[in-house]
Amino acid sequence: MKPAPFHYHAPRSLDECLELLARYGAEAKVLAGGQSLMPMMNFRLARPAALIDINRLPALDHVALTDGVIRVGALVRQRRLERHAEATARIPLLREALALVGHPAIRNRGTVCGSIAHADPAAELPAALLCLDGRAVVKSRRGERAIAVEELFRGPLTTALEPDELLTEVQFSIPPAGAGSAFLEVARRHGDFALVGAAAVVQVEAGHGVKSLHLVVFGAGPGPMRSPKAEAVLVGAQATLPRIAEIRRVVSDAVKADSDLHATAEYRRRVAGVLAERAVTLAIARCAGKGVA
Amino acid sequence: MSESTAHAESVRVRVRVNGEEHERTVEVRKTLADFLRGDLALTGTHVGCEHGVCGACTIHLDGEPVRSCLMLAVQADGAEVTTVEGLSRNGLDFLQEAFWAHHGLQCGFCTPGMLMSAHALLRENPAPSEIEIREALAGNLCRCTGYQNIVEAIENAAAAAAGSGVRGAAS
Amino acid sequence: MGAKYFGASVRRKEDPRLLTGRGRYVDDIVLPRTLELAFLRSPHGHARIRSIEVRRAASVQGVRRVLTFEDLARWMKPLPIFAATPPGLAARVKFETKHAPQYAMAKDKVRFAGEIVAVVVADSRYLAEDGVDLIGVDYEPLPAVVEAEAATRPDAAVLHEEWGDNIAVAFQHAVGDSEAAFARATAVVRERFRVQRYAGMPIEPRGVIASFGAHDGSLTVWSATQVPHAIQQGLAGILELPVHKVRVIAPDVGGGFGTKAYWYPEELLVSLVALIMNRPAKWTEDRREHLLSAAQARDQLHDVEVAADHDGRILGIRDRMWLDMGAYNTWGTALPWNTVAHLCGPYRVPTLSVDVKAIVSNKAPNAPYRGAGRPEVVFVVDRALDLLARQLGMDPVELRRRNLIRPDELPYDLKMPYRDGNPLVYDSGDFPATFEAAVKAADYQQFRAEQKRLRAAGVYRGIGVSSYIEGTGLGPYEGAFVQLDLSGRLVVSTGACSQGQGLETSLAQIAADTFGVPLEWVTVIGGDTQMIPFGIGTFASRSAVLAGNAVATACTEVRRKFLEAAAKFLEVAAEDLELGDGQVQVRGVPDSAVPLGRVVQACLPTHRAPGVAQPSFEASFYHHVPTVTYANATHVAQVEVDPDTGAVKLLRYVVAHDCGRVINPMIVDGQIHGGVAQGIGGALLEELVYDESGQLLSGSFMDYLVPTAMEVPRMTTLHMQFPSPRNPLGIKGVGEGGAISPPAAISNAIEDALAPFGIRITRTPVSPSSLVTLLAEAERAS
Repeated sequence: MKPAPFHYHAPRSLDECLELLARYGAEAKVLAGGQSLMPMMNFRLARPAALIDINRLPALDHVALTDGVIRVGALVRQRRLERHAEATARIPLLREALALVGHPAIRNRGTVCGSIAHADPAAELPAALLCLDGRAVVKSRRGERAIAVEELFRGPLTTALEPDELLTEVQFSIPPAGAGSAFLEVARRHGDFALVGAAAVVQVEAGHGVKSLHLVVFGAGPGPMRSPKAEAVLVGAQATLPRIAEIRRVVSDAVKADSDLHATAEYRRRVAGVLAERAVTLAIARCAGKGVA
Repeated sequence: MSESTAHAESVRVRVRVNGEEHERTVEVRKTLADFLRGDLALTGTHVGCEHGVCGACTIHLDGEPVRSCLMLAVQADGAEVTTVEGLSRNGLDFLQEAFWAHHGLQCGFCTPGMLMSAHALLRENPAPSEIEIREALAGNLCRCTGYQNIVEAIENAAAAAAGSGVRGAAS
Repeated sequence: MGAKYFGASVRRKEDPRLLTGRGRYVDDIVLPRTLELAFLRSPHGHARIRSIEVRRAASVQGVRRVLTFEDLARWMKPLPIFAATPPGLAARVKFETKHAPQYAMAKDKVRFAGEIVAVVVADSRYLAEDGVDLIGVDYEPLPAVVEAEAATRPDAAVLHEEWGDNIAVAFQHAVGDSEAAFARATAVVRERFRVQRYAGMPIEPRGVIASFGAHDGSLTVWSATQVPHAIQQGLAGILELPVHKVRVIAPDVGGGFGTKAYWYPEELLVSLVALIMNRPAKWTEDRREHLLSAAQARDQLHDVEVAADHDGRILGIRDRMWLDMGAYNTWGTALPWNTVAHLCGPYRVPTLSVDVKAIVSNKAPNAPYRGAGRPEVVFVVDRALDLLARQLGMDPVELRRRNLIRPDELPYDLKMPYRDGNPLVYDSGDFPATFEAAVKAADYQQFRAEQKRLRAAGVYRGIGVSSYIEGTGLGPYEGAFVQLDLSGRLVVSTGACSQGQGLETSLAQIAADTFGVPLEWVTVIGGDTQMIPFGIGTFASRSAVLAGNAVATACTEVRRKFLEAAAKFLEVAAEDLELGDGQVQVRGVPDSAVPLGRVVQACLPTHRAPGVAQPSFEASFYHHVPTVTYANATHVAQVEVDPDTGAVKLLRYVVAHDCGRVINPMIVDGQIHGGVAQGIGGALLEELVYDESGQLLSGSFMDYLVPTAMEVPRMTTLHMQFPSPRNPLGIKGVGEGGAISPPAAISNAIEDALAPFGIRITRTPVSPSSLVTLLAEAERAS
């Protein structure tokens, strides 16, 4: 299983990189961590004419906290973010999600942005980005733009990135103080892609009930999905057991999944609801001192 | 490496492996695993799947465990690599000794990768619990041992490094 | 014989080199000017080949040759098989068998996805694969057969046209009056069980490197194989070389499990390229190829009926079974009969009736893998017994107790032949004692009490048992050739070879004890056909029994010869001498001690005088066994199941086993741990899935799920030692045992955990999705 021949470029400046992307377009693939791309190349399922190795680019390895977001540059390894004390303290959901991504050796090379650009429907980081009102900053020779996460994922392994664009940074919104979060998945083995998963970030206000809820289901459809209907069940209301059970039903009803070797569509439908219910319950329990009524 | 690479089929790579400098010209598509095994004759790193799942190819790149089958040799230019051959100059290091004492290997094919992952674990977490050990090794597949003796070996190695023995080992 | 090493958990001699990356696996072997091979493998499960175009491939820079069947037609003879039915078995069972030859390459037709269609020889594997990409093949796809029952339907596509159907092996066999037993039964359980296709999946894939010496017409082949002598014999036959001109070496091998005990096309093709191109040739299998084309296993369907009286005593078992052998039935009646021979297990089964069909299908060939039919049939029977227990309102453990054969009933004649054609008679063991030991160690009663309490709190835990009998030490022979070198060191050569079992150590333990030298003075060389002329290999839990006893006998003979020579050298009687620590001395007279090497030296003639004795300190002995010897075990699994997600957590796993006298307890534990881990894979995770056209869907490690350290729990092993009466050392085999019971014990435990929901598990792997589906169906039904 050796890769087919390709031209190799390791640009040293962003300009050079964007120039290459403009030139090759869809004929080239960006190589960052390589943990998703290299297997495909070894299987010869991916045969780009060129690889653009961005590992030598400067100024893309930042983890910065500014204006209520955490900005993660394209070369930040998953392991680095996982171990970033401040980032994970501000967004515990990130640490929970990252711990489920593959194994340490994978996370030592794999990048946060790379996983998001790869957009596997069963991957953890795209789901986390969606749950955290994220944005993707992309650059090309034509300029720079920010893509809201709702616009980013277009289908399995497909994003809104144009062939000449480089994902240079993702931004995760920092949840409000006191918010609770939970990230759950069912996988067949530890470290595998999820059969189905759910992520929740919730804010509870004393005496007023649930102030905000971000609920995402992933692995059960073409990409991670927010569940506005399910969120509406709880927002502005007390978090009672019947309401949380209602979330389970609403989420299941909205799921349009496929069957594959590892799980049936029906399984994903059912268990998406179960995990949504559990994630919300757990997130509420983790809110600064709150519980379920 | 030149300042800007026009398309290249082969490039010059300089890499420090187990403390020794090497400079070679490599085909750009050659993986780091094949480079170590073929060009540098360091056959202790094994290839089991070539898609990053089995972990037999695990080495340390700049001190961190990575899958050498998922890296191109050219990407290691300027880096520091440690393979199983670099774990001890003479004899066995403390982890290898523990694996020996506790029958933590059978066919030996996954073993170099296991050792590299185990070293990284103990460096970060010198007194891991059983579940922490298992989690750290979950990316290294073994078909022979059922993992039990590997876990026991690491527990004992950790304890020995901390200055006390745990379970009885073979003499 | 001394007893310093036998029974001791000595550290393994092979470990220091393996731990430091100095092992020497096939891909590590470097010969100058080696060419590398890649194969074009059929993408279709069943297709006719209309034409092959290789010009573009051959013109890739660095590609040296592209070969098809026609280019190698002269050597395309049927590949060797292991399918011959032993005469004793054929005399007692009426097998209808058909056989179709397998060739190293496909000629007009491909019968499984992965079958070799062309060979590319190049300067590197990278370039060879580039060549493979450019070969053009015009295929005419044919309908495929991918399921056993479907394969027997009249309208099914036929793989081997000359057969007229897809039935490779068919037979019926009965013991006692099955009909009468079922007629008077109070309780009858009927169920259809399916065991999935899965495989050994060693971490080292296959590999072959061959070098032809034009100067002396000799071929040397290193292969990651479990059966070097079989490879040698086959190559000599096909290449028309004298056997001694073919040397096959199994170097360090990274796991075998039966997957590497097979005569593969690649062994021939690599050798042919070395011969034709007069340069060493090498092929290292990649994981994609391995999943596609290395031997696969299991894949059985059973319609079973168990009849019992009101006390739960088994009156009879009927089993109609289908085995899916893949495209070529290389192993003939071995797997079907092995399955039948292990059906009764340790239970008293007075009547038996089986109807067996082994079919061919458009999948990779099926060959014995750790357990070889036993895991399948134990799953069927132990699951059926749990269903019977439920029907009778009895605890599954109590049901077992009523049916386990007691030690006073041994030797126990099952009135049928074993696979080797000899009478199947259980020779030793105490099945109830082993059973009780496991159940006790698993804290069964306490678990039941806990289970009840936890269930009330919505936590679902379950416990399941399974017991098996295993015929081990399959004959007919294995040999040891023992020599002393000039320094008095022992060199032990044998046809047995290791893929992780530690034979370099365990056989050395026997040799050291028998001869009377330190363990470090013994070198064991396994799997090199040049070091011992005849051999069979390591599989079927046989090497400790066969090679172990051969080593003991050969060393005894060398010791006798040596003491005779030493007696002459020291001018004493041989009976007065003793060996130890590398020296020989007169008993009770330490000053008389001389190093072994002195004696050897003294036997070499000089110009002045002949030696004190002939310096021939060597002996070979081929140990023959009358038949197998029976090992047994009981496994107990404890699980916790989440009914909402179907997630199964293994809490604990207990094994009480009898493998006779234990040479190295640590190695035995390791074998059981490894076997259980593979069994866990079979129970919960591993499956080779084909679609209706014969495409392998689980084509990578992302889809073929090998258990990791997180999926295998702590295992408790208890050694019960009931020595075998069938070999001088009292040994039984243990290599396979761990893999036999887990699917049964774990499935039983899961069903037990979910008893309030009333589901029935009838197939493996038990995935979260399959459990949730069963639970949903049970919910709808109620």
